[in-house]
Formats: sequence, structure tokens, C-alpha cells
Amino acid sequence: MSHAVNADTAGTAGSDAGPTPGLSPKAKAALSEGKKAERRLGLLLCAPAILIMAAVAGWPIVYSLWLSLQRYDLKFPDRTEFVGLENYVTVLSNPYWWNAMWVTVLITVVSVAVELVLGMALALIMHRTLVGRGIVRTSTLIPYGIVTVVAAFSWRYAWTPGTGYLAETVAGGDPVLTEKIPAIMVVTLAEIWKTTPFMALLLMAGLALVPDDLLKAAAMDGASAWQRFTKVMVPVMKPAILVALLFRTLDAFRIFDNLFVLTAGSQGTSSVSMLTYNNLIKGLNLGIGSTMSVLIFIAVAIIAFVFVKLFGTAAPGGDGGGRR
Amino acid sequence: MAGIGGAVTTGRKARWTVLNVLVVAYALVPVLWIVSLSFKTKETLGDGNFIPRAWTFDNYKAIFSTTEFVRALVNSIGIALIATAVAVVFGTMAAYAIARLDFPGKRLLVGVSLLIAMFPQISLVSPLFEIERSLGLFDTWPGLILPYITFALPLAIYTLSAFFREIPWELEKAAKMDGATPGQAFRRVIAPLAAPGVFTTAILVFIFCWNDFLFAISLTSTEQSRTVPVALSFFTGSSQFEDPTGSIAAAAVVITIPIILFVLFFQRRIVAGLTSGAVKG
Repeated sequence: MSHAVNADTAGTAGSDAGPTPGLSPKAKAALSEGKKAERRLGLLLCAPAILIMAAVAGWPIVYSLWLSLQRYDLKFPDRTEFVGLENYVTVLSNPYWWNAMWVTVLITVVSVAVELVLGMALALIMHRTLVGRGIVRTSTLIPYGIVTVVAAFSWRYAWTPGTGYLAETVAGGDPVLTEKIPAIMVVTLAEIWKTTPFMALLLMAGLALVPDDLLKAAAMDGASAWQRFTKVMVPVMKPAILVALLFRTLDAFRIFDNLFVLTAGSQGTSSVSMLTYNNLIKGLNLGIGSTMSVLIFIAVAIIAFVFVKLFGTAAPGGDGGGRR
Repeated sequence: MAGIGGAVTTGRKARWTVLNVLVVAYALVPVLWIVSLSFKTKETLGDGNFIPRAWTFDNYKAIFSTTEFVRALVNSIGIALIATAVAVVFGTMAAYAIARLDFPGKRLLVGVSLLIAMFPQISLVSPLFEIERSLGLFDTWPGLILPYITFALPLAIYTLSAFFREIPWELEKAAKMDGATPGQAFRRVIAPLAAPGVFTTAILVFIFCWNDFLFAISLTSTEQSRTVPVALSFFTGSSQFEDPTGSIAAAAVVITIPIILFVLFFQRRIVAGLTSGAVKG
């Protein structure tokens, strides 16, 4: 437990360098010495994390930018050359790319919207239920924790005609996973099932911040249950709602596991992640794959930027300075 | 915590019970379905019945007799445990510094790690595929452990620094005033207060590593380092003409067991961990 020892010395440095104003100049000099030690220790403690993140995330991002400017196909390695923005032109003028983009956006928007409503209902149930709170919370954690691939297989077999309980009863024996729109709906449902509990937990943390007195006062003044919800709860919960929406939107945008198992991207159901995977690992085209990677990164950055701009400090990046 | 006004009547209780049953059914039906599939015999696998008509352990015996599955299980456990251990140790160090010390670049670090947490993993797969191939890390344990640590670190830092900010650090000073050595103050006072947060973070990080599919399928190519989620998608049954449904279901149930255990025993902690960093109190 070497980090434990480190943390201990840090504790001493931190508390000794605490606020003790109005000391003699001599003591002040000693304080700034302590301050320096504190800075050094802080950086030292963060160094391993920073190094790993820089090496395994930072450097590859730069490298993929570089790769995206190359013609680089592992099937024809000797034809590798610098082609500037040619790959971007190829991808952005490709109908498959735009189809994948719309599929991704559709799945993201529908699943996040439904999850917000369902998640709010679930959060209210978990927060207010009079009986069996533990059982409800425990069982809702199962969709959150379960391996996505496992859940996806469960849905796949449920919708497979012949083996599944849903195929006969709901779909009337139609092979829903082999048609574009029904398949996308099933994928979206699987996504909603898996991640609604996460949304609900984040919202529940927001619900806990709503003061009971405020609700009681509103009820006394004759506010209906709906009014109490929209006029009292939602405004107080706004930061929690925005954080949950941001997390889930970015998470839904990178959908891969569910699609891989449920449709493998056939019948034009590929998401952008799926398409990139196919170009990269199946097609071994590093140039095009990297170009798509960069484009997805830009798309995600735009989404995050819009959220942060629209909602300001309510977004999670905004509280960075507030810690300590 | 009864609702606004009104006593707790039997009617209200009944209404909540119905709602709760709905929620539990929602959460459990897909899980029970895959459990049911895993216990079906070859003949009844295709009958579409939610409850098996004939029960058997054959599917489990079959998967545990293949190296394909056993090896993948070993890989999954080993990789997830190592990645979790490293991420939690480094995450604890960084989170402590963020929660308690003042140093330049602190905001930047928090910002960048949040950025990584929300990063589209696929964007890292292309360059990592190429980098790992040239470094000889492709299709090895470290080749998966490194990206897992990278994506788990932001989660660990975020959750842990939220926990650490809640710890009453004055207690440490008080213990020292009462004559405890720094070591004692840490072991007796701070460590017990910090342990639940570290433990919770470890669970969340483990679940993340255990769950991953994209890195595992992109950065491996053989049994040597394939994890269970990937092996599942490659299952073809013990012979070419055999339907792999039963084997996939059984393997799926096996890798769900740790998750169920975590959820059953540490429900409260997981909820606290997931929500701690998300909302400022």
C-alpha cells in the first residue's frame, strides 16, 4: 500500500499548510515552502493517472488525426501515402456514412427521450415507495450492471421466431430483426431497458434534494400533484436532469454492443461506431476508419458543447473549479 | 416518508405494491429468460416457452468442457481484476490530491478526465489497433488492461473525489493532537472512513471492465486474450451443425453471476457511488 503512505504525508502537508493568517513574515515564508511542497505532492500523486491517460488516450487521438490524412489500407500496405483531406471527402460523400449517422441520431434521440420519462417515473417510485424499497432498488440495478452483450442475446432470442416468447405474442411470428425499422426499434428498446435504471438513479439523487417542506407548502397552497411536480420538483432537479441527459446522450451516441449482437449492422442498421468497426477491423482500412473516428469525435464534441452552452454551469464540466 | 398529506392506508400500500411488482418484472424478465434458455434441453430450446418444459444442466457442462469458454473466463477475470486494482490505486492517489491539495492544473485534470469519460471509445480503437500491433501488445492482456485503466480512471477519480470531499479530515488532526502518530492517524481514523468509497469505486470500475465489448472484440484475435462477452459472440456450438443457443445462454448466465452478487450485497453502495459525483449536494 505505497499510495497509503503517500496519502498520509499528503495529509500532513495539506493540514499544516492550512489557513493560518496573520503570522510573522518568517512563518509566512515557511508557509509558502509548505505550499510548494503541497503543489509538488499534488502533481506527484496525479502523475500516474495523467501519464496513463496521456499515453493511452491523448497520444492515440493525435495519431488518429495523422492516420486520417493517409491512404492506409492494411490489405495494400505499399500504397500508403499522404492524401490530405481525401478520406474526409470519401466518407462525407458516402451514403452509408450518412445512413449510419441518421440511425445513430434516431436511436440516441428516441432512447434518451423515452428514458427521461421512464427514468423519472422509476425515480419517483424508488424515492417514494412505501413498501419494499430495497427490493425495487436492487432489481433495478440488475439492468444497469448486466453485461450488455448478455442482455442483447436475451432480446435476440426473445424476438427470434421459433425460440422467443416475444416473437409469437408481440410480433405475430415475423422475423423483426431482419427488417430495418422494426430492427432499429428492437435495438432502441434493448438500449432503453438497459440504461433507464442509470437515468433513474441520477434523477433520484436530484429528487433527494427537493425539500419536503417545500412540497408540503405547495400542497397546502392547493397545488395539484402535477403542479407540484412541474413547478417545484423539476426546477430544483434541473441540474440533475441535465447531467443525466448529457451522460446518456453521449453514451447512447456510441451504441455498439446491442447492435452488434442484435443485427450486426445488417439491413442498413449500422450505427457510426458499427460502421467504423467494420471498416477498421473487418476491412482493415486504417485511413478510412481513423477518418470516421475523428468525425465521431467531432460529433460528440459538438453535442457536449451544445449541452454546456445551453445549460452553462449546470453541466458537469462546470463544477470542476468548485471541488476542494 | 409518507406522501404529502393523508395516512398510509391499505389502498395506498396495495397501489405501491402493484407498481413495485411492475418495476421488478421489468428488470428481471429478460434475465430470467436467458436463465430459462440455459436450462432448456436441446429438444425444447426452440419451443418459445418462457419456463423450460424439461430441465437440464447439459449446457453448463458443455461450456465448461471447452477451452474456448474456460480460457475466456480466466481472461475476463484476470483482466478485469488487474485493471480494477491499478485504476483504483492511481485513482485514489489522484482523487486525494484533487479533493485535498492545491496544485496547478487541477481544473484541467478534472476537465480532461471528464472528457475521456464521455469520449466515444470507437475513436480510440483505430489508433490503438495500429499502435498495439506495432508494439506487440495486440491480442495480449496488457493490450486490454491499458485501455480499461484509461477509461476507468476518470470514473474512479470522479467518484472517489466526491467521496473524499465528504470525509471529516479534521478528525486526523484531532487524533494527532491526542498523541497518535501520523501512521496511526491514517490507519485508525482516515483509512476506515475512506475504505467504503474506495470499495464502492472498485465495484463500479470492475463492472465497467467486465462489461466491455468494443475494445475486447477489436484488440484481440485469439483465445489467448478474448474475454467472455467476445467469446460469446463467436460461439458456434461444439460441432459445426449444432445450434449454439444453449451454450450462449449458459455462458451468459455464468458471467451475470458476479453482477447479481454485487447488486444483492452492495446495492446501497452502488447507488451511492453512481450518484455521488453526479449532483452537487
